[in-house]
Amino acid sequence: MAALVELRDVVKHFPVTRSLGEIARGAHPAVHALDGVTFDVGDGDAVAIVGESGCGKTTLGRLMLKLVEPTGGAITFAGAPMAGLAGERLRDFRRQAQLVFQNPFDALNPRFTIYRAVVEPLINAGIDRAEHADRVASAFRRVHLADFDRYFDRYPHQLSGGQLQRVVMARALVLGPRFLVADEPVSMLDVSVRAGILALLREVRETMGLTAVYISHDLALVRYLCERTLVMYLGRVVEDAPTEEIVRRPRHPYTQALVAAVPVPDPDQSRQPLPIKGNVPDAREPPSGCSFRDRCPHAMPRCAQETPLLRSIADGQRVACHLELA
Amino acid sequence: MILEVDNLQIHYSTRDGTARAVDGASFVVPEGRIVGLVGESGCGKTTAVRAIMGVLAENGRQAGGRIVFKGQAMDEATTRRLRWRDIAYVPQSAMSSLDPVYTVGSQLIEVLTKRGGFSRAAARARSVELFDLVGLNERRLADYPHQFSGGMRQRAAIAMALALEPSLLLADEPVTALDVIVQRQILDVLRSLQQRLKVSMVLVTHDISVVAYLCDEVVVMYAGQVVESGPVREVLARPRHPYTMGLRNAFPDLLSDALELVPIGGSPPDLREPLSGCRFVPRCPFAQAACSLDTAMNGTGAHQSACRRDSEADTLRTAALDPRTWQRSSSFAMS
Repeated sequence: MAALVELRDVVKHFPVTRSLGEIARGAHPAVHALDGVTFDVGDGDAVAIVGESGCGKTTLGRLMLKLVEPTGGAITFAGAPMAGLAGERLRDFRRQAQLVFQNPFDALNPRFTIYRAVVEPLINAGIDRAEHADRVASAFRRVHLADFDRYFDRYPHQLSGGQLQRVVMARALVLGPRFLVADEPVSMLDVSVRAGILALLREVRETMGLTAVYISHDLALVRYLCERTLVMYLGRVVEDAPTEEIVRRPRHPYTQALVAAVPVPDPDQSRQPLPIKGNVPDAREPPSGCSFRDRCPHAMPRCAQETPLLRSIADGQRVACHLELA
Repeated sequence: MILEVDNLQIHYSTRDGTARAVDGASFVVPEGRIVGLVGESGCGKTTAVRAIMGVLAENGRQAGGRIVFKGQAMDEATTRRLRWRDIAYVPQSAMSSLDPVYTVGSQLIEVLTKRGGFSRAAARARSVELFDLVGLNERRLADYPHQFSGGMRQRAAIAMALALEPSLLLADEPVTALDVIVQRQILDVLRSLQQRLKVSMVLVTHDISVVAYLCDEVVVMYAGQVVESGPVREVLARPRHPYTMGLRNAFPDLLSDALELVPIGGSPPDLREPLSGCRFVPRCPFAQAACSLDTAMNGTGAHQSACRRDSEADTLRTAALDPRTWQRSSSFAMS
């Protein structure tokens, strides 16, 4: 299938406050939030981006929605370079691409009623007032909020977490988008409620034909949403494969550690020490070559000299590791 | 038993009336074991451990029941005497047990000298020992909390709690905010403490995988009450309360073959309302008229369930595996 979103060698650096020593040396340190990311999101696909805090996954989501601009590289949406979007074409993109926020408790203005929260995108997009009530009602129906009209004049604090997350989704869906980026859409919700939101995310994606990118730290959850997963480490994609391959047969040593670290609801699970050393290094000064090498149990001299590229090892499966290529 | 909680009642006074956050909860912690206190937000698990530690919020009070530590019923005075010395607490956010303006080392030394009667030299030596115990380099004693990563802060909070060699450690969601690899490292620290120091623990968590990884026993709470308890292996393999069955179905599992999670419809009751009978009735696919009467724990031996239909648990468990069983209660009404 054709790609809806294409990222080519995308780089994002955030400047950081310089120390006196750095000023004296004339150094301009930056956090390398993203360091050369290349992948496509197929039209109608659901792709997960997984990694630990600071790996760049949230920045990546914000770049795909043009909420921040890349330092280098290119992103296209439906074939058009995103860097050039302006005026009416940018407004059109904003209608088509929507964000579902991480925390439903923060995502809604506490002083706006539920109706106001969901109608607001229509107002901002300049949709004819006559259409508002119908569009809002249809968005609420999509997220299965029964008897919703009785609650239009309620405020966010009067709703439960699961209800709020449905309102947040109704708000994201009200403009009939084509592309959705969801950043940890269920991490704040209780287990019994979370399963319902996951099912809803799957359902709206299928019925509306949406393309979706889910950003999460939780590999176990992502299995229920996406057939394909990208694993990130320190601003780079280290593995890109079908989710079941990632979970059952991880190839990159970092993915292997990540999978081994996820606890499962089985008292007889393995308690072997993790195949990984130390902590995530400072993103201001990542190691040379492969940024995972100082924690990797298989590191070789080559790993310090040469950054492994993300290369295809099988159909739909890419790994950035010298071991795979050796 | 190092700890017995018997029919504990904790009430919070709120603007809209009294909330019965813990409403007749009973459970025990056997010596040297790790007990997981599991449930969703608002089930009373955090309130229960805060009551044991004697650090309830201003508007909370123990309205009934007993907390018995090493055979001695606890009141305010004994709790104050035992706090930190014999019973220690690792709060949800490690930052709240560390003071940002002092180095981590000086805070540890303060606890050891002020509360533990250590000399400064002995306290310094003990700090090094404690850091080693939780896997922190002793050089980091000179650092301030903000120089620590999230995982290191959590290790420091555990070191702080262990300073006076408590025999019972209460940990409230100690790994929830951490990345999965760091989370695993902290769980391994807690496990080694149990094995090396024989510390008994109560681990408050919403995560049944964490319970499966670390705990020996589990106590499942719902709406202020204990609905099921027993050895982890038993409870997870053969849950007997419908809420535990539902929780198991709703919980993501990295390795399961089922690629569908089944939600439990509805939401927990408002604890400010007067409630009677089984609190799970409105969400339970197996509820009968009699379930609205009062319940009691059923079961002989270690594995207990508060379900009236406990004698049919095997049949219900089979039915609970079918997602359709849960559909009838899963309409998402805004109440």
